[in-house]
Amino acid sequence: MVDAVFADDPAARAAQRAYFVNRVVIYGLLGVFSLIYLLPLAVVIMNSFRPLPEIAEYGLINIPRQIHFSAWADAWGTYCINGACEGMKRNFMNSLYMTIPATIISTILGALNGYILSKWRFRGSEVLFTCMLLGVFIPGQLALLPWAFLLGQLGLNNSIAGLVLVHVIQGISFTTLFCRNFYVSIPDDLIKAARIDGAGFWRIFRKIVLPISPPILIVTVIWQFTGIWNEFLFGVVLTSGKQQPITAALVALAASETNVRNFDVMSAGVLIGAVPPLLVYFFGGKYFVRGLTQGAVK
Amino acid sequence: MATLTIRNARKSFGAVEVLKGVTLAAEDGEFIALVGPSGCGKSTLLNMIAGLERITSGEIYIGDWLVNAVPPKDRDIAMVFQSYALYPTMTVRENITFGMESRRVPKREQDAAVDRVATFLKIEQLLKRKPGQLSGGQRQRVAMGRALVRDPSLFLFDEPLSNLDAKLRIEMRTEIKKLHRQLGRTTVYVTHDQVEAMTLASRIAVMYRGELQQFDKPAQVYSRPANLFVAGFMGSPAMNFLPGTVENRGVRLQDGTLLNKPAPNGASKKVIVGIRPEHIHRASAETLARHPDATRVAAMVEVVEPTGAETIVIMRLGETEITGRFPADMAPEGEESVELAFDINQACIFDPATEQLL
Repeated sequence: MVDAVFADDPAARAAQRAYFVNRVVIYGLLGVFSLIYLLPLAVVIMNSFRPLPEIAEYGLINIPRQIHFSAWADAWGTYCINGACEGMKRNFMNSLYMTIPATIISTILGALNGYILSKWRFRGSEVLFTCMLLGVFIPGQLALLPWAFLLGQLGLNNSIAGLVLVHVIQGISFTTLFCRNFYVSIPDDLIKAARIDGAGFWRIFRKIVLPISPPILIVTVIWQFTGIWNEFLFGVVLTSGKQQPITAALVALAASETNVRNFDVMSAGVLIGAVPPLLVYFFGGKYFVRGLTQGAVK
Repeated sequence: MATLTIRNARKSFGAVEVLKGVTLAAEDGEFIALVGPSGCGKSTLLNMIAGLERITSGEIYIGDWLVNAVPPKDRDIAMVFQSYALYPTMTVRENITFGMESRRVPKREQDAAVDRVATFLKIEQLLKRKPGQLSGGQRQRVAMGRALVRDPSLFLFDEPLSNLDAKLRIEMRTEIKKLHRQLGRTTVYVTHDQVEAMTLASRIAVMYRGELQQFDKPAQVYSRPANLFVAGFMGSPAMNFLPGTVENRGVRLQDGTLLNKPAPNGASKKVIVGIRPEHIHRASAETLARHPDATRVAAMVEVVEPTGAETIVIMRLGETEITGRFPADMAPEGEESVELAFDINQACIFDPATEQLL
């Protein structure tokens, strides 16, 4: 009866009470902050299911009195954006066609770069790495005009392929940084042993380095996917109309020239645009946090 | 089966020269230990033999074959690493067969080779496990298995035992010795542990600051060290160094003791007398009878360190501290004055200027 023994001891009881109060305060504060953070999301979700007249009558921030789904259908398939009444589905697909290849290609390139810069160093490789790192700090806006010019020269202006190219190149700095720092922690002896075992550059990469890589590849994929999906500036400047990704379309939707503000459709549109990154986090988030801190503690 | 010849091997990293012209040759089937403190260039030399590090100048031959420009995979070598370097995502079997896969050895031959090595090293029951599920000793065995399966003409070991605990290290040391006796392959073994070098090697190459200090049989390296560095590095506790002056009848130490050992030819006025702890005895009728040439010396005991079978005793002789190694029953008890007998025939005399053995 260990509990009973402690219950009889006033000091132990006081300590227990202090601990309890502590927990309540901590969780209470955490709860309040997460509420503050989640409230806007809740408002948007609720508004996407409220009919427009109800929003007009009871205000933007209120609980739904009746639920309807027509805003979602409108936003997806029929709402008029920039004069075309096809909803956002085309832009949604544009974003997928842009984000998936750009994520995959930039991740593969980053892994290869990281592998070379950490395990096959050559004269000047550190300088090269430093130069690539600059890309992490240089804001994308700076590259906007050069990109517009370059895509024009390449015949890729106003195309999804052009956006893929832009995002692959803009992303290489980050993916290289992630992978290189991860691969630095792979012992060099492993590579030496493989070289004596007769494996070359590619075989070592495929058979030894890649199988160790999932933690960092997941981090890179999540980072790239959400970054590219949510990117707005390049999308809105380098493409127009039917070629635009969903972020650009959302802004166009909000700016559509109608007299009434369709808060319900806007809410549904925003949520449609937010689903893919949410899904990626949902399935990979656990690895994301783990991967970001990997190598930090050893 | 192969000899190994290294001629004037040099290695520079930028302006830093880490190997300053090393020349040594191993006969077929020999076990060479490269020993020295960290940073002496022994691992660099091993990496150069393996082909993992480019040689700045000089020549390396395996047999009659100049391998300077031959990539590691074609040198017919196998290497065991300090960290074992097992491929973490592969099973033990895959680790062992990886090299054969790279060389496209037929599946049936691979299986036969794995069976042979696994039985030999008693790791049959580990073949399906991943390296993470193995203990240190088991990993060590698998790393050896990966090297053995190649049946190379040259084995390279890079401090393979330094990650094991003391007991296991001694076990594995014996096993490596047995292994070498059974296979008879030429072996180069890098270690910073002079006991490992002494027990395993047929010849020891002592390296210091990128230079080969001495290359000889273990007994020779121990009893006739080429210079002060080798004398101090090989042997634990280390050899005692006593400065002295040459006189007609022998060498006079700083505290006034006269060692009746005539200085060898070529000795200048000042010399350093090196005497190993086990050649310092308690002076008794028995020891003096056994070592009739011994010099009697009086010293003060400072610290007594019993280690079981023998006792290490640190004593003061004038200005210098000396270490003696006595059988436990012969050891002094505490701070007292003792009379010692220096077995002076075993002493080495060095030139303090050149640090070379005279």
